[in-house]
Amino acid sequence: MADKTTSAPFVRKEMLAPEGPPATQIGAVKWLRENLFSGPLNTLLTLAGLTTIAYLLNLALPWFLHSVWNAKTFSECREIVANTWGPDAHGACWAMIRERWNQFLFGFYPNDLYWRPVLTFLLLFVAIVPVLFREWTPRLMVAGGVVGALILWLSVAYGDAIPAGILVVILVVAGLLGRSGRKYPATLSWFTLIFPVLALWLLWGGSIWMSVAILLGFVLGGLAFRLVSPAGGLVFGATAAVLVPILWWYYGSEPFALALDRITGHGKPFWLREVRSDDFGGFVLAFVIGVSGIAASLPLGIILALGRKSDMLLVKWICVGFIEFIRGVPLITLLFTASLLLNYFLPPGTNFNIILRVIIMVTFFSAAYIAEVIRGGLAALPRGQYEAADALGLDYWKAQRLIIMPQALKISIPGIVSSFIGLFKDTTLVVFVALLDPLKGITDAVRASLDWKGIYWEPYIFVGCIFFVICFSMSRYSMHLERLLKREHR
Amino acid sequence: MKTSVFLGTLSVAALAAGFASSATLDDVKARGELNCGVNTGLAGFAAPDANGNWQGFDVAICKAVAAAVLGDSSKVKYVPTTSETRFTALASGEIDVLSRNTTWTFSRDADLKFTFVGVNYYDGQGFMVRKDLGVTSAKELDGATVCIQTGTTTELNLADFFKVNNMSYQPVAIQTNAEGEQQFLAGACDAYTTDASGLASTRAIFPNPDDYIILPEIISKEPLGPLVRQGDDQWADIIRWTYNALVAAEEYGVTSANVEELSKGTDNPEINRMLGGEGDLGAMLGLDKEWAKRAIAASGNYGEIFAATLGEGTPIGLARGLNALWTQGGLQYSPPFR
Repeated sequence: MADKTTSAPFVRKEMLAPEGPPATQIGAVKWLRENLFSGPLNTLLTLAGLTTIAYLLNLALPWFLHSVWNAKTFSECREIVANTWGPDAHGACWAMIRERWNQFLFGFYPNDLYWRPVLTFLLLFVAIVPVLFREWTPRLMVAGGVVGALILWLSVAYGDAIPAGILVVILVVAGLLGRSGRKYPATLSWFTLIFPVLALWLLWGGSIWMSVAILLGFVLGGLAFRLVSPAGGLVFGATAAVLVPILWWYYGSEPFALALDRITGHGKPFWLREVRSDDFGGFVLAFVIGVSGIAASLPLGIILALGRKSDMLLVKWICVGFIEFIRGVPLITLLFTASLLLNYFLPPGTNFNIILRVIIMVTFFSAAYIAEVIRGGLAALPRGQYEAADALGLDYWKAQRLIIMPQALKISIPGIVSSFIGLFKDTTLVVFVALLDPLKGITDAVRASLDWKGIYWEPYIFVGCIFFVICFSMSRYSMHLERLLKREHR
Repeated sequence: MKTSVFLGTLSVAALAAGFASSATLDDVKARGELNCGVNTGLAGFAAPDANGNWQGFDVAICKAVAAAVLGDSSKVKYVPTTSETRFTALASGEIDVLSRNTTWTFSRDADLKFTFVGVNYYDGQGFMVRKDLGVTSAKELDGATVCIQTGTTTELNLADFFKVNNMSYQPVAIQTNAEGEQQFLAGACDAYTTDASGLASTRAIFPNPDDYIILPEIISKEPLGPLVRQGDDQWADIIRWTYNALVAAEEYGVTSANVEELSKGTDNPEINRMLGGEGDLGAMLGLDKEWAKRAIAASGNYGEIFAATLGEGTPIGLARGLNALWTQGGLQYSPPFR
């Protein structure tokens, strides 16, 4: 009897479960091998990097972990750190920020009026939405709701009738415009136009009629252009559009504002307590200069870029001279000129607002750079685009507005936003003309008080973080815009 | 925002610039406010507190002048000035008086056309070193690394001192006092040099002040004082005598606490003349009788101001030293009120 079982061939009845990939080929190990330890050089660099990080963490981490949030003076901070963590321990003293945060944000703006810069800041978002966004996305709606709620809360808590009135006007006008069928943020663009004078009034106070008078100047300029240009042509129209407002501001605006002021008196809805420019400081100052500079330098930059490419010799050379002069000079020189040199030329006692002077200089500076960035965009456009515009029979301005500029600006977005970010950070340079910027002006002033003398890193870190948030947002927005406007490869 | 005023006055600028500066007192009275240039922040001398109120040794001068001229020590607009902007601000009329730890030098007085009205603090440049360095005199600092603020007179003084004593040094350039403190604490330099008052206040905030010593040598003279534009002698006199009143008040024992009482009359005719009880000294300055009384009441006499802002009771802890009254071996001396 043969043993059948021994001779039976092996037949696998069930399949083996598939083996997982080798341990070195999956998950974190694979990633580490491929990215950090792929060869001797990379291994070495990785180790060096890790050592550096460990060293830095070892330096900074205890300092952060030993943070003190509650203290009245720097020495008290030190005591708390020494008592809690031992005599040799170092610790961050954020108590200083806690005690003086208001000066970093508002400078010497009167405490009871903080709601005004905050409200202006919130309204700024309302004003830039029509410029920045084309459609109401859900996220935008949520953000709008939050901003609206904050404005409402401010108006109820602090501003009595004034901000509530502003809010009602915005809602009513936006509602009316919305009813006519345009359900886009652009319905709010009228608010963008009046925001500068509204902000002027809210921040500096005084009579609202002065702001109205300034606004009226622009309206008159627009009217003059409409009336003159059909009869006298573009050149006369533009001249009238410039001359009429200047004449109005020079002769008409003050009597107008004073007369209305006399009628309304210094009553609540028309009058806000005046705040002097000297009281501006910290991030209020940085924002006032930064936002005005950004808003004014883009149009000026476009005009300069067009002027530089113009066929009219005089216009061309003026623009070239302006751009090259401003770009050839450091910003600090311009600021010194604005604050010091000008003082020698102006009669003693002249009150030419220093913040206004700085804004003008910063705007010029930034506009010169933006002009060159935009010129780069113009140069990148194929010649065919210009010819196509000509072939369509468009005149110069229509061609620029409808065909050339939209494309040139789109190409220039990264460069323009870089200029804006640079401008915003450059606002800290006003410390050299003795304005209290958040980075050094306020920091030095706080450090000079005996309570906080000797503190070093904390204010810089605090201010740096705020700047980072703002500049990073600008950068993210520009990337969003680039994605949105991408036309080539869809 | 008076742009129209600005433009209109531009045309007469050349005419007005010549003689508009001759009546600072009238300008200040008309404005109802004293524009006083101060440091953007220097411990003990001028610094804003958490509510934005300026305080300090130099600020007290502004307050006293405002009290004397306008009758209210709070009617001051403090204009923070940097070392670059201070002289232009004064020359252009943006400020009426500069009270910003400014050293009285020949060229500033004669060439820059300013009038220094007195010396409210006699300072001088000194050195601070770590105790374990084993140095007891600045003459032993040969070959040392020294932290020094660039672009200041202290830099020149330092070079002079080492040259005269035939020594060498390695400068470590710093920009601000705060940076200097940081560098010195981190051991980037053996010695830190700046004004002695600055050294004292810097040392006071160190974690272990006893580990550091200030060397005895003072290598420069830094008489700090308030200054005004040249050419308006009446205004210069007002600042000068307001300051003298503060010094004289300390000498005669007039304090902010008893000035009210003493102004009713004392046995000392000098006090009576100063406080307006006898004669009419104020009228000679273009002020009223009680100008000095109000100046003293603003933040006290010289000694009180010193004690409250810089003195040994404060964290800065400066001794009076040269700034004691002449009767106590110092240099503070007021001409007679007569």
